[in-house]
Amino acid sequence: MPYVFQFGEVLRYWPSLVTGVAMTVGFALVAMALSLAVGVLGAIARRSRSRTVRGAVLTYVETIRNTPLLVQLFVLFFGLPSLGLRLDPMMAGLIGLVVYNGAFLTEIVGAGIKAVPRGQFEAGLSLGMSRRQVYQHVILVPALAKVYPALVSQFVLLMLATSVVSAIGVDELTSVAGQIQSDTFRSIEVYLVCIAIYLLLTLVLRAAALGAGAWLFPFRRATSHARV
Amino acid sequence: MGIRTFTVDDVVTLLDATRWTLILAAIAFAGGGVIGSLVTLARVSRVPALRWLAGGYVEVLQGTPLLMQFFLWFFLLTLLLPVQLPATAVAAIALTLHASAFVVEIWRGSIEAIPRTQWEAAASLGMTRFEQLRYVIVPQAWRIAMAPTVGLLVVLIKGTSLAALIGFVELTRAGQLVSGVTFQPLTTFGTAALIYLALCLPLSILSRRLEGRMHVHRPA
Repeated sequence: MPYVFQFGEVLRYWPSLVTGVAMTVGFALVAMALSLAVGVLGAIARRSRSRTVRGAVLTYVETIRNTPLLVQLFVLFFGLPSLGLRLDPMMAGLIGLVVYNGAFLTEIVGAGIKAVPRGQFEAGLSLGMSRRQVYQHVILVPALAKVYPALVSQFVLLMLATSVVSAIGVDELTSVAGQIQSDTFRSIEVYLVCIAIYLLLTLVLRAAALGAGAWLFPFRRATSHARV
Repeated sequence: MGIRTFTVDDVVTLLDATRWTLILAAIAFAGGGVIGSLVTLARVSRVPALRWLAGGYVEVLQGTPLLMQFFLWFFLLTLLLPVQLPATAVAAIALTLHASAFVVEIWRGSIEAIPRTQWEAAASLGMTRFEQLRYVIVPQAWRIAMAPTVGLLVVLIKGTSLAALIGFVELTRAGQLVSGVTFQPLTTFGTAALIYLALCLPLSILSRRLEGRMHVHRPA
């Protein structure tokens, strides 16, 4: 029996699709902002003078990077209630994404800090700045500028990873797709449409993030040319 | 049958299911390697149409969530094929194609890292484009490609967990089932996480070692 595609059935659900897209983008943006903070703190802690702190950050990064996000979400959402900590799906999803992405960003920001010449640290310290002030005023901006393309890629990966939080009941785009599918039984059409939406989101968010980079770090282009 | 506690038997169940995690990752790695290498030929071809097609292939597979790809393949193959494919086959197809896009990106990056003059030198020896690639470029590029290729294995092992959501019983799905009868999700998923960690951490460390070794040979 030949299959007859009926996209109209799916497109009638456009309000749900719009809500799903809004949730997906919202989750990606909020999780990116929070995990960037985790990444910056993690990268600095990774260079701490305390062995314990360095070890703790290394354990965090390696544990998270070497286990699937889905299992981490299951631990958070199904596991923690047995310790008396009950999170709603949105909270568990957001925390899960921030913890997950924070580990990758710790590595990326760490690479950026490493790429800033040592002399800049020493110059800052010799001006009487504290380590904290050196990071804040001297190191951080050039470090982030150097790894900006990697941050953009990671942001896109994070947006795509938000689809996994549908597994614990967050109503973002993947979850909406499942609901429309069970309402209409037009499964192929639903998933084709939603995959197209994700692809569009990837292209738009990447372009927007790269554009924001040119605006945030106007010196970046000049310095990267100078280095080549 | 009532609620029972999490026992050694449950760990054995999880380890048993880990076999399927590894088999699925291995199929995707091998299949993705073959398909990815072929698509790479198109990606670095001198024919613009082939390059665009290959580029589009990678963009679609890397620009959409792996979970959605699992769902789409699940429904496409179920509705369009006259026979019902087992979840294993659906998961293997989805993950193989996903892997192939990674392989294209790894190879393309590694090939582009080889100086143009190497191509020109090979061409001036009268080699055809394929011979240049085969005898001059690839033998140098594969050294650069090794570290990210090992990294791809980690990505794939973690990616197999999403097959749980289309009902394929690998480690994560086994965890859901065990947690369903023991009511000890923390212990169950904690154990599953440890198994993933035991599989992926050595590979991650190996990948970093290989990367470090490559840097030594790279001119400053």
